[in-house]
Amino acid sequence: MGRTTRTVAVLAALALAGGIAACANGSGSGSSAGPEVTLSLVAYSTPQAAYKKIIKAFQGTPAGKNVKFKESYGGSGDQSRAVESGLKADIVAFSLEPDITRLVKAGLVAGDWNSGEHNGIVTDSVVVIATRKGNPKNLKTWDDLLGSGVQVITPNPFTSGGARWNVLAAYGAKSKNGADKVAGVTYLASLFPHVSVQDNSARASLQTFVGGKGDAMLAYENDSIFAQQNGQALDYTIPDDTILIENPIAVTKNSAHQAEAKAFLDFLFTPTVQKIFAENGYRPVVQGVGGPSFPTPPGLFTIKDLGGWSTLNKDFFDPAAGVMAGIEQKLGVATSTSPSPGSK
Amino acid sequence: MAATQTSTGPGAAAPGPVEAVPDRPPARRTRRVRRRPSVGTGLGLGTAVLYLSLIVLLPLAVVVWRAGKDGPDYFWQAVRTPDSWAALELTLGASALVALVNLVMGTIIAWVLVRDRFPGVAVVDVLIDLPFALPTIVAGLVLLALYGATSPLHINLAYTQAGVVVALLFVTLPFVVRTVQPVLLELDRDMEQAAYSLGASQWVTFRRIILPNLAPAMLSGAGLAFTRSIAEYGSTVLISGNLPFKTEVAAVNVVGRIESDNVTGAAAVSTALLLVAFAVLILLNLVQRWAARRG
Repeated sequence: MGRTTRTVAVLAALALAGGIAACANGSGSGSSAGPEVTLSLVAYSTPQAAYKKIIKAFQGTPAGKNVKFKESYGGSGDQSRAVESGLKADIVAFSLEPDITRLVKAGLVAGDWNSGEHNGIVTDSVVVIATRKGNPKNLKTWDDLLGSGVQVITPNPFTSGGARWNVLAAYGAKSKNGADKVAGVTYLASLFPHVSVQDNSARASLQTFVGGKGDAMLAYENDSIFAQQNGQALDYTIPDDTILIENPIAVTKNSAHQAEAKAFLDFLFTPTVQKIFAENGYRPVVQGVGGPSFPTPPGLFTIKDLGGWSTLNKDFFDPAAGVMAGIEQKLGVATSTSPSPGSK
Repeated sequence: MAATQTSTGPGAAAPGPVEAVPDRPPARRTRRVRRRPSVGTGLGLGTAVLYLSLIVLLPLAVVVWRAGKDGPDYFWQAVRTPDSWAALELTLGASALVALVNLVMGTIIAWVLVRDRFPGVAVVDVLIDLPFALPTIVAGLVLLALYGATSPLHINLAYTQAGVVVALLFVTLPFVVRTVQPVLLELDRDMEQAAYSLGASQWVTFRRIILPNLAPAMLSGAGLAFTRSIAEYGSTVLISGNLPFKTEVAAVNVVGRIESDNVTGAAAVSTALLLVAFAVLILLNLVQRWAARRG
């Protein structure tokens, strides 16, 4: 408040400036050295390992030299809601578009976030059928999953936004990309009796599967690769018809460091970074970056082909009237012969 | 000691069980209520009310307010959504069962700890509280490893309603034990001796002498176990498998509502849980008062 405080502040600022100048001189590239900036990256948990490497690479470039990062990882929906309720974020990276749409509605992300060259999508993946090592039950197609006695693991689509990719992959594959809705819904209705566990997140499902439950697991390709890289004994098959998973990213409107955040975002689409993503199991959105190759399944379709997230969320995942609510309800009523110490 | 100087807060309406001297007419109590509280009481009361408001009452009020935001019809509709209703049924049923089992087993454990001397009794006494210290998600993982598909004990409870009950039993164990234990320690054994010497059987002594003394503690412990159970998420989320309509507990259902951006629905289901908990706690309180008056 008083004069002393101000003096101290001025001195501190001078010292800081001096320090930065000294650093800049030391590294020998004087001119572009601005003040140090901290960007906060709020992301879903899966790409954490990739971002660690990417941030290091970014800080090695002229644009990222003075940029520090505060990173936060968690469930995609949880992270999105945290930002909606005030968690400071400069860059948000989620597993599916509705989590960004939530922030657009809240006025935190510009409405044209997906108008750029890559439509705001930084990485891709596909839904795959993960199996035990060597695929002992020879489960390769959607129909194979309906074989008698086959147990399938997929997260609860009501608690895990990401699990909706799995449901919609199965639906799209059997409905000729949404053209034959009845066939798709019929398939889901015959698939879910095979689903014996519905964990609350994709990671928990992986845990359950690796722990020995189930013959097959609907999973993201990148998660399966991640599990293999971590020494888990599983194989996976990419079905001929499956959905393209698209992971969105955006800079927030209220970011105090628009230029730096934008620079980081642009950096993510460079071949170097896309290659890092590829090495972590994601399909790059920029072609020809090297690294592992990902075969494109012949019947690949997108969320847009099926009608887009807002329509699909309403049609399939509305807790009262959605297709999945109906399927789960029928199942619950038909098979509630298991020991029931509590209900009723 | 401020507590003995009757306050003017909401608690004043309740009859103070200890301080009322039996042979005084009730008029005296009324007069004491009207007396201005001392500075100490006022300060204590103010602190308590402020603290309670900030930490408990306001958050609860916001949940209830959120639930009622779209009107009572919407509230009821949200609670009656088939999956929520099924989750509520399972949760309340399992919690009631858990409270009952705790009522019996907790009392037995407390009895053993207080009355029986065996090597390692102190160790067991310390172990009782450990379920509270373990993060519930870890409890879930451990239970899954022990009683899941790959159970070394060949007991597979995973992804069944029985698994939910076991998880709840684990996390609620300390409540009844810890409420009954001190009462049992304080219990005057002369009363029991007197009963025996007058020819009462062990069963009669237990039923007429010991049980009435323990009942209030047992009930409040069971009430705590019940309310803790209906809100449980971490320990049940892994072992239940979250199959809607079968093993999905209310807390997981609420998470689903939040994930679907249906905050009002989430608040409605939570409010339903709060209302049941509130009703049960009041009921237990009434039973205790009735028993105390009768005793």
